Amino acid sequence: MAGSREIRNKIKSVKNTQKITRAMEMVAASKMRKAQDRMKKARPYGEKIRNVAAHMSRANTEYRHPFLVERDTVKRVGIIIVTSDKGLCGGLNTNVLRKAVTQMKKWQSEGEQIEVCCIGNKGLGFMSRIGAKVISQVIALGDTPDMTRLIGAVKVILDGYTKDQFDRVYVFYNRFINTMKQEPVMEQLLPLTDERMHSDESSNNKPKTTWDYIYEPEAQPVIDDVMVRYVEALIYQAVTENMASEQSARMVAMKAASDNAGSVIDELTLIYNKSRQAAITKELSEIVGGAAAV
Amino acid sequence: MGTIFHLDIVSAEESIYSGPVEFLVAPAQMGEVGIYPRHTPMLTRIKSGMVRIKAQLKEEELIYVSGGMLEVQPDVVTILADTAVRSHDLDEAKAIEAKRAAEEAMQNRESELDYAKAQAELIEAMAQLAAIDKLRKRGH
Repeated sequence: MAGSREIRNKIKSVKNTQKITRAMEMVAASKMRKAQDRMKKARPYGEKIRNVAAHMSRANTEYRHPFLVERDTVKRVGIIIVTSDKGLCGGLNTNVLRKAVTQMKKWQSEGEQIEVCCIGNKGLGFMSRIGAKVISQVIALGDTPDMTRLIGAVKVILDGYTKDQFDRVYVFYNRFINTMKQEPVMEQLLPLTDERMHSDESSNNKPKTTWDYIYEPEAQPVIDDVMVRYVEALIYQAVTENMASEQSARMVAMKAASDNAGSVIDELTLIYNKSRQAAITKELSEIVGGAAAV
Repeated sequence: MGTIFHLDIVSAEESIYSGPVEFLVAPAQMGEVGIYPRHTPMLTRIKSGMVRIKAQLKEEELIYVSGGMLEVQPDVVTILADTAVRSHDLDEAKAIEAKRAAEEAMQNRESELDYAKAQAELIEAMAQLAAIDKLRKRGH
């Protein structure tokens, strides 16, 4: 009977696809938990170093770190784009890249030059395809973002900022809201904005009297160190959030794919049964017709 | 207060120690420093080495840190530990490496930034996702 074998093959192939997507869903679910864990573990460090940096920015007047100084003219912009290394995670990377491109277009129309640092394979591929100036990159971070791997790429941007190569630095990534929702965000990284540094003070940590630290051996190198670490911590947090977002987006996307495969299988099974019954009916009526003729 | 202070040792990847302690020795850049409660506020770099902690009614504890910052306030002390040994040269080498990789990738093309193409590509991807979404809703 024509068609029934083809339908059967098709059902089989969809079933195989479903097996894969279901496995990926489960892998993503377990990785997601770990990624969320890692994201939470990175928070205390970020908070502590922010408190130190905020305090220093208030207390120390003789030396102001370049990261804290707002510049008057903005001619060159550095951006850090955090994406995933792998695909199959729904619109996650597309959303963040779209946000970045819209913003880049706006900047360029205002006559600003843009240079890009890519963290993650997807963003790198996209940025080099569209011809953006990529000045540093880290790819294949794996499931555990390694601080040591990030340092190099980030340093290129930070050095560029201290050497006046950039007037502003932004970071784009997916903020993790919950398993179902991730939001592409753009944040100004440098110069460090006041609200970012002092965001929690209005509520509990009200600035006490301005006392200063004793810096050992000297103020400047110690402040430099803290500032660099603070910015690195911010980027590290962005990367961990993006990874948690990636895994949950992938889990949701793969769940949708498995469900879709299920409904395709149902439809195909229905068609298969119909055609089988049609064939039986046809055969029967042929036999009956033949018998009547005899 | 008075005889103890709160100590936090955190690194970017995890929180290593948190709790009240009586006494602490850390390998500061200028030499080992011992810290008792009500120490003057101080901020210094620490080298990689052992941090010795004495908590109340407990044995001394040793924790290895690979460098970082030590922040001292009268009754709160924070050690911001690095996740790996850092030095200026090492960081520099990593930066050069990241830059070189990017430059290598850049050499393969010399085109100007093509936003039209970029947007077209993204819009297409979004449209595909939207279409899938719509199909799904209709199917159920």
